Amino acid sequence: MNGFLKYGVLVLFMATVFNCSDNKTDDGDYVSQPTPAPLNIPQIFSENILDPVIPIDNPQTIEGIALGKKLFFDPLLSGNQTQSCADCHSPQNAFTDNTRFSEGIDGIFGNRNSMPLFNLAWNYDEKFFWDGRVFSLEHQALEPVTNPIEMHNTWEVVVDRLTQHPEYPNMFSNAFGNGPITREKVTKAIAQFERTLISANSKFDRYLLGEAQLTPQELNGFNVFMDEERGDCFHCHGNPNNPLWTDNIFHNNGLDATFSDLGLGEVTGDPADNGKFKSPSLRNLAYSAPYMHDGRFNTLEEVINHYSEGLQNSPTIDPLMKKVDEGGVNLSDQDKADLKAFLLALSDPSFINNPDFQN
Amino acid sequence: MKKILTIIAVSFAFLACSEDNDDNIIPAPSQVNVSFNFTHNWDNTLINSSNLTTEIVTNEHGEEMSMARIRYLVSRLELTHSNGQTYLFDGYKFTDLSDETTYNFTPENNTIPTGTYTLKFIWGFNETDNVDGAYADLNSASWNWPAMLGGGYHFLQFDGMYNVNTTAPAPFNYHNGTARVSTGVFEQNYAIIDLSTEIVISNNAVIEVKMNIAEFFKNPNTWDLNVLDTPLMPNYTAQKMMQENVSTVFSVGTVTQ
Ligand code: HEC
Ligand code: HEC
Repeated sequence: MNGFLKYGVLVLFMATVFNCSDNKTDDGDYVSQPTPAPLNIPQIFSENILDPVIPIDNPQTIEGIALGKKLFFDPLLSGNQTQSCADCHSPQNAFTDNTRFSEGIDGIFGNRNSMPLFNLAWNYDEKFFWDGRVFSLEHQALEPVTNPIEMHNTWEVVVDRLTQHPEYPNMFSNAFGNGPITREKVTKAIAQFERTLISANSKFDRYLLGEAQLTPQELNGFNVFMDEERGDCFHCHGNPNNPLWTDNIFHNNGLDATFSDLGLGEVTGDPADNGKFKSPSLRNLAYSAPYMHDGRFNTLEEVINHYSEGLQNSPTIDPLMKKVDEGGVNLSDQDKADLKAFLLALSDPSFINNPDFQN
Repeated sequence: MKKILTIIAVSFAFLACSEDNDDNIIPAPSQVNVSFNFTHNWDNTLINSSNLTTEIVTNEHGEEMSMARIRYLVSRLELTHSNGQTYLFDGYKFTDLSDETTYNFTPENNTIPTGTYTLKFIWGFNETDNVDGAYADLNSASWNWPAMLGGGYHFLQFDGMYNVNTTAPAPFNYHNGTARVSTGVFEQNYAIIDLSTEIVISNNAVIEVKMNIAEFFKNPNTWDLNVLDTPLMPNYTAQKMMQENVSTVFSVGTVTQ
């Protein structure tokens, strides 16, 4: 019996050890836990829309965000150490760039316009890129590093450089505990930083919160945006109760009659998806020109003229595009100017100047 | 020693499972759980996420048309027992035909006594529920109805093309919600769907509710898309015709139990 008791105690003890093993690091050393840093959800979001998407296996932490930020601005990630994520996603441009196509480290240009980065944690379907081909921010960040016309590197080289680096190994242990640096940890950290890029302080946001007045021009522009007989923009680009100003869904908004870039159709293989791209948010347009997936429009006037009289018919054009045979609904000059004024009221200077987001 | 450990192990396994062990001797249940499964058809053709955008259908007025997107909202599902007792289920149901996971609706509180029932629900939201911006999930789906048209939410968003067999296909946006009488004057436009089919519930059940999309163009108003295609949201007459036509769209299908 005595022996049994001893055995029982041993079993109990082992069970306890197994149960608690989660809290221990690989080699048993004690490492301080990273400090949780939950996203600061703006009032205009918490009052209106669903909570942001944070993967369970990648909670936001102070150490993770700091590491992600350093990585985001570090050209070490690229093959010849000349290009960082921020080169094509610059804070001043709402984290896109101001060229039509972006130049990779070998001087080769892609065929898509870089995308602004903000409010990414509210992309509930987590489909990223213009064509939605990648699921989750963690997976997205794997792509540019190895893309031959972007940073043209290999993950082996990146991990090696980070491991040899004077500062990174410590930052990785602080953020993710001991153990080797891996590409998964790199992309988790970058994703944490990206999720902190929140923009919700435009003039229009403050108007909705009762803290700012709109001009009569901006107000009329807002009405054009919400009016099914005129702009009818809100079915795809949000509304005051969906202040993301995008539906994050894929549509053909009538740019072309035939497609050189199939967009979503390339990803799904379904011809019914040809020419569909993700609706971008209309926040921060003041900083993110040129516009559309191929950056074809340099100004908001050109964008508005497109919707007003430049629509091109094609088999997959969205039925929300009206009077396509006349090129569109033909807005008056006044409505066009006012619509532009409203769109600019969705830009958020405090976002591009936020010291937390600068290198 | 081994024996003792085995006994312990066995009794542990036993204890762990003892909670759900008494289903050998069930009397016929008096309280059961119900849920709803919405299915969609165009007359006799089943429409789901795989053929929504590929099916070419002909409406009552005679136009060939294709469907790009159908989303709709129903609320206040309620079963009325033959003894007069009513069971109102919480929540609302937002269905997107391109996403089959939205076809089912299991109310949080879904226990009712067995018996014979009829089903009733609201097309859209009634005045009490149709509060502008009140529902985060619907806001996130951009389901809002513009404030200039009375605010609240869409009841239906049905987009597609008609005259697809001609050289000039044209878009339609059959969107239903609050009706605007004139600037600043609005009229409620929801509908009470009261289905007289008897539903006999003897066990846990899934009640099929069928939507015949073709009915939106049929009864009592034969819809001529050449006249009423888009924009229809600010069009009072069109909004009222939709409210009338929705009354024959739904029916009770199979009850699985
Ligand atoms: C050479 C320019 C370039 C570099 C460097 C670059 N990107 Fe991009 N980024 C783009 C372009 C172009 C797109 C759109 C590509 C597409 O849709 O096919 C894009 C898209 C994205 C998106 C998708 C946003 C959305 O809303 O779907 C994210 C996130 C992103 N980049 C993050 C990063 C990160 C993180 C890095 C560094 C690891 C990086 N990018 C490096 C050009 C670049
Ligand atoms: C059917 C959905 C839909 C409607 C309605 C719609 N858009 Fe768009 N919008 C899109 C899509 C999709 C894109 C991206 C298209 C592409 O790049 O191929 C886009 C792109 C844009 C862009 C470029 C943004 C950028 O960052 O490149 C602006 C600006 C814009 N739309 C404004 C408007 C305005 C103003 C209206 C109303 C007059 C409107 N949209 C109506 C779907 C829509």
